[in-house]
Amino acid sequence: MSRFAFFLGEAYRALRRNAAPSIAAVVTIAVTVLLVGVLVPVLDASGSKTNDVRNQLELKVFLFNDASKGEINSLQNRIEGIQHVESVEYVSPAQALKILEQRLEDKSLLNELNSNPLPPAFNVKLDDPDNLESVQAALSPPDSTGKPQPISSAIDDIVTGEQTQAIRSVTGAVKIMLLAIAVLLGIASLFLIGNTIRLSIYARRREVEVMQLVGATNWFIRWPFVIEGIVVGMLGAGIAVGIMVVAKAIIVDPLSDDLTLIDNFNTIAFGPLIASLVIGAMALSALGSGVTLRRFLRI
Amino acid sequence: MEESHAHTRPSRPPIVELNDVTVVYPGGHVGLERVSMKIDRGEFIFLVGPTGCGKSTFIKLLLRDLEPASGSVMVAGKDINEMERSKVPMLRRRIGTVFQDFKLLPNRTVYDNVAYALQVTGTPRAEIKRQVPEILRMVGLGAKIHNYPDELSGGEQQRVSVARAFVSHPPLLLADEPTGNLDPETSIGIMQLLYRINRTGTTVVVVTHDREMVDKMRRRVVQLYDGRVIRDQSAGLYTTDESTEEFGVRVSNELGVDFGDHDGDDIGAAL
Repeated sequence: MSRFAFFLGEAYRALRRNAAPSIAAVVTIAVTVLLVGVLVPVLDASGSKTNDVRNQLELKVFLFNDASKGEINSLQNRIEGIQHVESVEYVSPAQALKILEQRLEDKSLLNELNSNPLPPAFNVKLDDPDNLESVQAALSPPDSTGKPQPISSAIDDIVTGEQTQAIRSVTGAVKIMLLAIAVLLGIASLFLIGNTIRLSIYARRREVEVMQLVGATNWFIRWPFVIEGIVVGMLGAGIAVGIMVVAKAIIVDPLSDDLTLIDNFNTIAFGPLIASLVIGAMALSALGSGVTLRRFLRI
Repeated sequence: MEESHAHTRPSRPPIVELNDVTVVYPGGHVGLERVSMKIDRGEFIFLVGPTGCGKSTFIKLLLRDLEPASGSVMVAGKDINEMERSKVPMLRRRIGTVFQDFKLLPNRTVYDNVAYALQVTGTPRAEIKRQVPEILRMVGLGAKIHNYPDELSGGEQQRVSVARAFVSHPPLLLADEPTGNLDPETSIGIMQLLYRINRTGTTVVVVTHDREMVDKMRRRVVQLYDGRVIRDQSAGLYTTDESTEEFGVRVSNELGVDFGDHDGDDIGAAL
């Protein structure tokens, strides 16, 4: 206990007597945490929007009009059994007509029809649009000549949703970009914080040398630095969270009353976000101090 | 401590014993070459020789800042290169060190600098409060206890450093050019302090260039040259009467012909 008090005192002394590098570290962490704190919800929200779009992708399997109930039921079971198929929905000609009716602006057009020209169909939902090819291949595997043959004679045609391909490539690119930005941001903040801490410790490497000379053990030297790192991380994250709270209160909250876009922001709640930011900054800063010191302790 | 017995032939092992020690620096420079020597408990010994002759290597060896390429280094009968790395701090707590550049912690007061040597051993606060002012009075700094190192003169800083080295009453004290940065008068004060410390039974090893001091003290002198012991004389002078040729060799060495030397570390540190 008295030793812990001693380490706390040492950390306080170091912070006070090395004010300039300490402030530099605090500011660096504040800026980084602010950056991460703003970008994480934005990236996360755009990521989930992308996912929404991707989940709407589906395959349509059109059947011949004369397909019997038995054929339809057994085919539905077979399609449901295909790997990567999430759900299969049967759409009868009557249902298809209703859907068409809803979409049309000029409903009188339908009155011109004597009979229902729409074929029965299955809407096949996939677990992931990337599996489109494999499901398609399962629905109509190639025969001996290499031409794809539907698995059932009741199948007339298999159609991928109109924009499936386009959506798939666009959302894929968006996902990769978001991931790249997140990774770059993470690396940048690690380096930024690590470098600032390294500089502030580097200025004191002679001190570490002297401590070793009088017989201080490595952990005796290290603890004050780690505590100092925790305090610096806490101060930096505290400043950043303060700015975020104010910004949320005066910018985001009034806007979300008017704009559904922000209101529908489907992302991490504010509480867990700032909690993880503060803990992350403290851990990173403490770890940075401890690890940087390793080099000077030569272990 | 059985200090009173130290002057008679001790039954305990010598405080320092080097057996056929060779030190090779990375890059091939030989720091020490097949050096064997013994230092008994309670001795006061000067280590002299030109820059690059291996004096600082000797100090680093005893602190296990360096490991020998061959041979063994025994401190109080134990081979220090066989102990675990984690035990090195324990060794260093038993060896007081004084350096030319003082090596004080700039962010601490005189009191805290000396106290640190006790804090690392886990000495209780009350004990520290009692011992530190006492040792600072002994070195004549009772009035400057709350000053920071940069507010002190060189001689005063060296006294702080001596106080720190001696506060835990180690059996061995190593001084690497302790008067190298000080004027002759201040130097005498520091040497007197080391002499007083020796009288309490602590073995004192002084590495020095200070010819006058060595000649005045008439203690054991070990002379190193090019990594080898070339003279070991009790109650000796800095040099024996030297021929012109020897003088030429010494002067050329002192002018720094041997540039690949490790003493460069100390110069760099002093800057």
